[in-house]
Amino acid sequence: MPTFVLPDKCDGCKGGEKTACMYICPNDLMILDPESMLAYNQEPDACWECYSCVKICPQGAIEARPYADFAPMGGTSIPMRSGGDIMWTIQFRNGNIKRFKFPIRTTEEGSIKPYEGKADDPGDINDEKLFNMTEWPMPTNVINKKVEVKNPDYTETWQNPAVVK
Amino acid sequence: MPVIPSKGQNLGVPIGEPEIKEISVDCLLVGGGMACCGAAVEIKPWADKYGISYLMVDKAALERSGAVAQGLSAINTYLGENTPEDYARMVQNDLMKVVREDLVYDLGRTVDDSVHLFEEWGLPIWVTDDEGKRIDGGVAKKKGMAIRKGAKPVRSGRWQIMINGESYKVLVAEAAKNAIGQDNYIERCFVVKLLLDANEPNRIAGAVGFSTRENKVYVFKANAILVAAGGAVNVYRPRSTGEGMGRAWYPVWNAGSTYTMCSEVGAEMTMMENRFCPARFKDGYGPVGAWFLLFKAKATNALGEDYTVKNAHLLEPYQKLGYATGKVMPACLRNHQTLEELRAGLGPIYMDTATALQNTFKDLSKKEQKHLESEAWEDFLDMCVGQANLWACMNIEPENVGSEMMPTEPYLLGSHSGCCGIWVSGPDEDWVPDEYKVKAANGKAYNRMTTVMGLWTAGDGVGASGHKFSSGAHAEGRVAAKAMVRWCVDHKDFKPALKQTNEELVKMIYQPWYTYEEFKAGSTAPDINPKYITPRNFMLRLIKYSDEYGAGCATYYVTSEALLKVLSTHMDWLQEDSLKLCARDLHELMRAWENYHRLWTVRLHTMHIRFRKETRYPGFYYRSDFMGLNEEEWLCFTNSKYDPEKGEMTFFKKPYIQIFDPTWDRA
Repeated sequence: MPTFVLPDKCDGCKGGEKTACMYICPNDLMILDPESMLAYNQEPDACWECYSCVKICPQGAIEARPYADFAPMGGTSIPMRSGGDIMWTIQFRNGNIKRFKFPIRTTEEGSIKPYEGKADDPGDINDEKLFNMTEWPMPTNVINKKVEVKNPDYTETWQNPAVVK
Repeated sequence: MPVIPSKGQNLGVPIGEPEIKEISVDCLLVGGGMACCGAAVEIKPWADKYGISYLMVDKAALERSGAVAQGLSAINTYLGENTPEDYARMVQNDLMKVVREDLVYDLGRTVDDSVHLFEEWGLPIWVTDDEGKRIDGGVAKKKGMAIRKGAKPVRSGRWQIMINGESYKVLVAEAAKNAIGQDNYIERCFVVKLLLDANEPNRIAGAVGFSTRENKVYVFKANAILVAAGGAVNVYRPRSTGEGMGRAWYPVWNAGSTYTMCSEVGAEMTMMENRFCPARFKDGYGPVGAWFLLFKAKATNALGEDYTVKNAHLLEPYQKLGYATGKVMPACLRNHQTLEELRAGLGPIYMDTATALQNTFKDLSKKEQKHLESEAWEDFLDMCVGQANLWACMNIEPENVGSEMMPTEPYLLGSHSGCCGIWVSGPDEDWVPDEYKVKAANGKAYNRMTTVMGLWTAGDGVGASGHKFSSGAHAEGRVAAKAMVRWCVDHKDFKPALKQTNEELVKMIYQPWYTYEEFKAGSTAPDINPKYITPRNFMLRLIKYSDEYGAGCATYYVTSEALLKVLSTHMDWLQEDSLKLCARDLHELMRAWENYHRLWTVRLHTMHIRFRKETRYPGFYYRSDFMGLNEEEWLCFTNSKYDPEKGEMTFFKKPYIQIFDPTWDRA
């Protein structure tokens, strides 16, 4: 379901250098037409429907229309994402509606301090233990049994026909 | 009024002569998904201690890039009460034995620490309360319950735990960005080629990429490079070929860049014949794991028969050889049983969600029923909204009606029930066999380093080590990052020298645009021009051939020497035609390079299948000329190595070493 932009709601992120949808799309699909100051999806059949643009749009101007090549028309899922929760409204083709709300994070946005409360010295660079780990398991029951096969030296090759020297 | 198409505007960001930006750094992290975000968090404390610099570059924006961009409803690798040895046994059982147990073990002992960090950063993880009831991660936090403090996670399987993971990647990216700081990462920079050193053979020296936002070519020089840019999607013709082409099971933007870039500079690849064709809800490709494991749903053929019971006999040839005998049913063999039904015309295959939910509903209050329904929908809404949409469009309420399932087109990855990728060094510890270590000139083994000195990979890049999933990829990125700093400390005097001039690099990177400019006047329709090929047409040609000859859906995953020979010829022509790819804007330049990466990846995949003269993964692919397993000749790794000087790729065997006693620690 490619996402699409509602022209009445999109404000082109008020002429900023880049729009929120353009900033976030993992597949570089959303783009701003500088003349009309409206965003659009430039490659609908490469849309994963990940909803990143739908969730981030400050105007609520982006929706998704289920993939035309396999979905009957009429169903939608519309999210409202806030700091701690996401609320979904699912509308079925037959008009039924379901609503769900799920937590999305338990800390304030931007508040992560990865090294707070961790040891100042990460440890010994020459062993394999990671910086935040206190215990370091080592394996038991090692048998190291090498399996011999027939024709161990068999090879095949391929020559690249387009080597640019 | 008709207007000739060549008068139309290109849609993307305008392309023009690029400026060159040179950057020198000790450690370069290429990618922005779970593995590179793990690397970012790990690298800082070590690098700062030794005065080593670092930089991360991502093709997209970190907040929503990689396979976890959309979110996830579960973390599929959390050991908890299990031992890392048992984790290695599970992975080995699932992946038909030929895996690197050293790498799997190493991941198993580090992965829980990453999961505990996620929870600390704010990821809501479900827990089981004292009465045995499931509570979501938000409520758990309010009650002061956390798995890192001993609370019991909600297991949907032996290795999986449930989360409220819509913002999983947002959190992991925020931690990575806050760790290294905004001066140490670049977004919207697509690295497309690695560069070898001019003086020292088989030594990485740099990388080259370009911005997808402005006309700028980046030339990086580095002492150590980590390439963790995911697996490969849209390398086979998908079942949906219109708009739905984007609804890939795995992220559609993963173009095999990791495999291609590393292979092209001579990194040894391993088990590239491996693939994953997951059985998923048809077309929407929504996850089935929670339905099978948490809600206990069953799948049947059109006659309502449990085909795993009916087709139990299909497992016998494998059971005689010691496969599928224990607690782990290899995912490929489950597909093998499904395909038997489809070939016999006994589809559609249905997941009976209705019976599963109604059975559970019997013992629940109305409120609890609603909660269960909510959990079922969250499974999709957290990670695959497209499936929720498809159910809404088809009026499917899972408590009332079942849903169709189907094995997908092939995907290439080093995680899930997949293990193709790059051969890397195991940990520098005594129990690791020498054959599994990549020794540098100083005699040391640097964990996760490839066979190219100074080049690392992690996550989907590391071969012969599946079942990492999101958490394992993060942990593996951390393992690689520490080893990279160790490398830089040991090789402080290295001065990278590139073979190519900046001008040569720009000409290579922007060639698709130069080609377009040179020939665009030759046609009124920019898509149809005899002098160049558009990236889209290039990909369509590739996936048509891979599908028809390389064991795609078109042949129910069957191929043979004769079919692969034809495919190889077509790929040779594509290789030549790749020099004629065009780009009309920066977006298309990105696609041109992605599709070049796809071609090389399909080459590796299908020629590994051709080399291995047996069917190691029945249900994922079949060699009609070599059906069944041939343990005598092929219970070994199949590796390949490209010689960039000669332009020659060699395929060869490498011995498999069973590291652990097969007896499980825990029943």
